[in-house]
Amino acid sequence: MIELRDLHKAFGAVKAVDGVSFVARDGEITGLLGPNGAGKTTTLRMLYTLMEPDAGQVLVDGIDAVADPVAVRRRLGVLPDARGLYKRLTARENIAYFGRLQGLDATTLRARSEALIAALDMGDIADRRTEGFSQGQRVKTAIARALVHDPRNVILDEPTNGLDVMATRAMRAFLRRLKNEGRCVLFSSHIMQEVVALCDRIVVIARGRVVADGSADALRAQTGEANLEDAFVKIIGSGEGLAA
Amino acid sequence: MKPAWIVFLKEVRENLRDRRTVLNSLVVGPLLPALMFVMLINVIVSRELAKAEQPLPVPVVGAEHAPNLVAALRQMGAVIKPGPADPEAAVRAQDADLVLRIPASYAESWRKGEPAQVELVYDASQRETQGPVGRLQKMLELYGQRTAALRLVARGISPAVTRPVAVAERDQSTPQSRAGLMFMMLPYFFVLSAFIGGMALAIDTTAGERERQSLEPLFANPAPRWQILAGKLGATSAFAAVTVLLSILAFAAAGHFLPTEKIGMALQIGLRFTATTLLAMLPLVALMAALQTLVAAFAKSHREAQTYLSLLMFVPALPSILLSILPLKAQLWMYAVPVVGQTLAITRLLRGDAVAAAELAACVAGSAVAAALAIVVTARIYRSERLAISA
Repeated sequence: MIELRDLHKAFGAVKAVDGVSFVARDGEITGLLGPNGAGKTTTLRMLYTLMEPDAGQVLVDGIDAVADPVAVRRRLGVLPDARGLYKRLTARENIAYFGRLQGLDATTLRARSEALIAALDMGDIADRRTEGFSQGQRVKTAIARALVHDPRNVILDEPTNGLDVMATRAMRAFLRRLKNEGRCVLFSSHIMQEVVALCDRIVVIARGRVVADGSADALRAQTGEANLEDAFVKIIGSGEGLAA
Repeated sequence: MKPAWIVFLKEVRENLRDRRTVLNSLVVGPLLPALMFVMLINVIVSRELAKAEQPLPVPVVGAEHAPNLVAALRQMGAVIKPGPADPEAAVRAQDADLVLRIPASYAESWRKGEPAQVELVYDASQRETQGPVGRLQKMLELYGQRTAALRLVARGISPAVTRPVAVAERDQSTPQSRAGLMFMMLPYFFVLSAFIGGMALAIDTTAGERERQSLEPLFANPAPRWQILAGKLGATSAFAAVTVLLSILAFAAAGHFLPTEKIGMALQIGLRFTATTLLAMLPLVALMAALQTLVAAFAKSHREAQTYLSLLMFVPALPSILLSILPLKAQLWMYAVPVVGQTLAITRLLRGDAVAAAELAACVAGSAVAAALAIVVTARIYRSERLAISA
């Protein structure tokens, strides 16, 4: 379970994150929805301890991210916005590198790698060097290495960015599978349809603040709009509506 | 396994697979300087030797005024040629290295027993002509001395009267110490090879990794950052150390291809030299790895890092240049200065002198302290939030 309490982060005068609080529960997919530049990536970076919040608290399975970042990182599987691979290593070696850094022993590492390679349907590319991989193959490899240590909590920053239709469908199926395994899945997106199709819970962020938090139905009810797209626009829209 | 060790192994394996890095660090870096060195010395030596043995061409203006002098010069190996119409212009235009002009008054002065003047026209700023001019001056001096001795004998005086002091020279240099002078730039080559050997990895493991966007996912692992840095510095240092070792071996091999018997110098690189040099170089290798990583951490891209580091490459050249210009006697504290200490120690070793334990200790300790400082600063930079974030 991931809990964010009143997070703040400023870069100079720019308040990137200005009081974000929400909870992502185990066995649920939580979507972080917001326009570009809303503060999604900064929020997630504080969550996986790349950045320290100016104020507020991050709890992962009850562990404070500032007090014990290493323990928090152990409980997280992270697919950041930056998902570069080591192009002179094979996909399997890329996965193994992160597995070893997570402290897995050789037997566990082998078993986990095989399981992920099978689950992500990447048997044909596992032993190829990642140089020249397609976008979809790169994302698969990046996800496999992020999940190699079997984390309870999975964070994905815009996981379907740059993927084609088939790869996006496969990704959605994979996220559902993670949820059914009882994990806490948190992913960010600026594509509303995707969030609606997948999420049990939607957290809408705009200008560094949480402007809505609930199920798709709750959001419709909150805005009085039958159409979710209209509801979304209304929520993040300036001036009137809930965003003010 | 410790995270640092995991990172180290991965960086070494990944970079060994990069053909360009392997070629630069492990082949071109150590071999090219040695090869160039051998070729350069061979060319210089064979040219100098050829000159010393060859007959000296001497354009003479007014040879008819001093037939005896001209005959004596011929005897001493000069090839007398007709002089140019305008000796000064010919020398300035480098058409002639030198011109000997014998004025019409020569014979007159000679007969009267007065000093008979000859003019030697040359350009001292042309280094090329130093040898020929020196040889001709020697010949003229010898002719003068011989004539003086004959004149004294004719007057019943011993020629020894004119030489109240006789100087006997006792050169204390050995073939190896003379070599030390010639091989002054060798320490720089070793320092340079350490720099080149580590450069590719320092860039690749920091600026390169950030540019490829793999640093952020790497930092999402539960390994402390200092351990990640330690692994990367270790890999960079290992490559640099191997490059230094290969460089030493290359020069050891090069020693066999130098015309040492012709120049009376020897380049002897044995086990003791290799071991001592490597020991002196190791802390310097760590220092440079840390500095290179530090610089690469500030660079926004691979290319930018390369530009900065290429500029930084000239810094280790300074001590070598300074020490060859300023012939100062090495003090103990100088050994503690990174690069300077290594340059002094390696130069001593090349001369065949022993490096005292205190000097070697100062050399290792001084560089090790500097390396520790650089590592601490780099570790601080590595902790910063901005480091991982590209663009």
